Order: sequence, then structure tokens, then C-alpha cells
Amino acid sequence: MSDVTSNEGKITKVSIIISKGSLEGIYPGLIMANGARAEGMDANLFFTFFGLDAIHTKRIDHIKVATVGNPAMHIPTLIGGLPGMSALATHMMNKTMESLDIPPIGEFIEMIGDTGCGMYACKASVDMFKLSKDDFVPQVQDIITVGDFYDMAAGGQIIFT
Amino acid sequence: MSTATMAGVEVRLNDEGFFEDPQQWTEAMAVEMAKADGIDTLTDQHWTVLKFMRKEFFEKGTGPTVRVLGKTSGVSVKDLYLLFPKGPAKMAARIAGIPKPKGCI
Repeated sequence: MSDVTSNEGKITKVSIIISKGSLEGIYPGLIMANGARAEGMDANLFFTFFGLDAIHTKRIDHIKVATVGNPAMHIPTLIGGLPGMSALATHMMNKTMESLDIPPIGEFIEMIGDTGCGMYACKASVDMFKLSKDDFVPQVQDIITVGDFYDMAAGGQIIFT
Repeated sequence: MSTATMAGVEVRLNDEGFFEDPQQWTEAMAVEMAKADGIDTLTDQHWTVLKFMRKEFFEKGTGPTVRVLGKTSGVSVKDLYLLFPKGPAKMAARIAGIPKPKGCI
């Protein structure tokens, strides 16, 4: 089988889907997209379902860590469910990330846009949440269908997060 | 590790083509490497980035991330990618004769 995605065994193009709206659901996809551009690969980001919060102007600065239903937090579910727990955990994590030179999501999206990475919102999700392009940050180029996505992703690797 | 002749001098490179010893680097070598990478002329902006990267490397022991470059080198992230289309951190670090930056951002 011919390998259209590689050039001397290297990945040259990635399409990354962000489908979750929690802090830990959004960052990995952003870091991978930014890293792909830094390595000189073509990269596109697609936001679907709750992942749309990462590009929603009113929500982008309020993304939180999930403290319930997240066993890796290592705090009991009932404690994690107390008011303010998610905000506290988010605050602590944001501080750690800033010290590691990882930008807040809003700044990161802006920077990734500047790297030339494409950003798109999923039409089905946009319709479902009754949103429009006006609800999104200016880095979002278009609202596209799943068919458009596959056309755009052709010849590269697809990463779902 | 391998060796290459740049600007008439033999230099040691790692497997990815980065300098093993940043002290071996000269500006004439940067011009040669840039040409081989498709940058025909290194502009003032290119030099600003390359010199900033070397300064950061010698001060901090590692090259700057793209975020730091964009914030402090005087060249925006957008321009960095126009100047070094194959990825600023990687391409600029190589041409600047310093190791590939280790950060993920």
C-alpha cells in the first residue's frame, strides 16, 4: 500500500479533532496542532461537540478541569463535586501551565492561528447548539460538514481527541 | 553524528543536521544553510531571530520556544512562520547553529 501521508517516513500533515470542552480535553489537541506547525507540518484543527467551547468567545476564558468523573484527579467524587472545586483545580493547573510557558487557551488559539494552522467548526454541532460564526473567535475560518472535513484531511493523519 | 563542510570549515552535525558544537557556527555558515533550506537571502528580520536565538541559548542553555520568540524577539509569530516556513523553532535553531529547542510549545 502506498503511504501518501509520509515523506521519507515523516508525517507531513495532520488534522486534529477536538471534541471535548474540558481543560484536559482541549489542551492536548492544541499542543499537538501547535507542535505540528512548529515542525513544519500542515495542520488543521476541527472543533466539534463540546470542543466548540474552545473557540466560543464567551466561553474560551472559562474552560475548567473536570473534578468529577475523573479518577486521575485522585480526589473523591463527592469532594470533587463541592462548589468551587473545579475552579480551584483549574486555577492551580493554569498556574502550573503558565510556569511551563503553556499559554492560556485564548492566547494559545490566537498563536496557533498565527502559525498558519487552519481552524474549523463542525456544522452538525454548531446547528445543534444553535450557534453561528459570530459566536466564534476570528481565527475560525469556516463552519464545515463532515464531508468537507474529509476532503480537507485527505493525504494526512487524523487525530481524534 | 556526521560532519559537513560549511563555508570551507568542517563542522560536526547531529542526525537531524543540528550543530553539535554551537561555537563552530559562523554567519557565513548560516547563509549557506539558509540557501539549502530555500531561503535565498537572509533579511534583517531573519538575523534578528537568529541572533536572538543564539543569545537565549548561550544565556539559558536551550533555544527559545516560538511563544517566547514571538513575545520577546521583536518578530511576531505570524512573521516567524513567514520567515522560516519549515517551522521557526526547528528551522531557525538549525540555521542559528544551536540544538533543537526541547519544549513542546
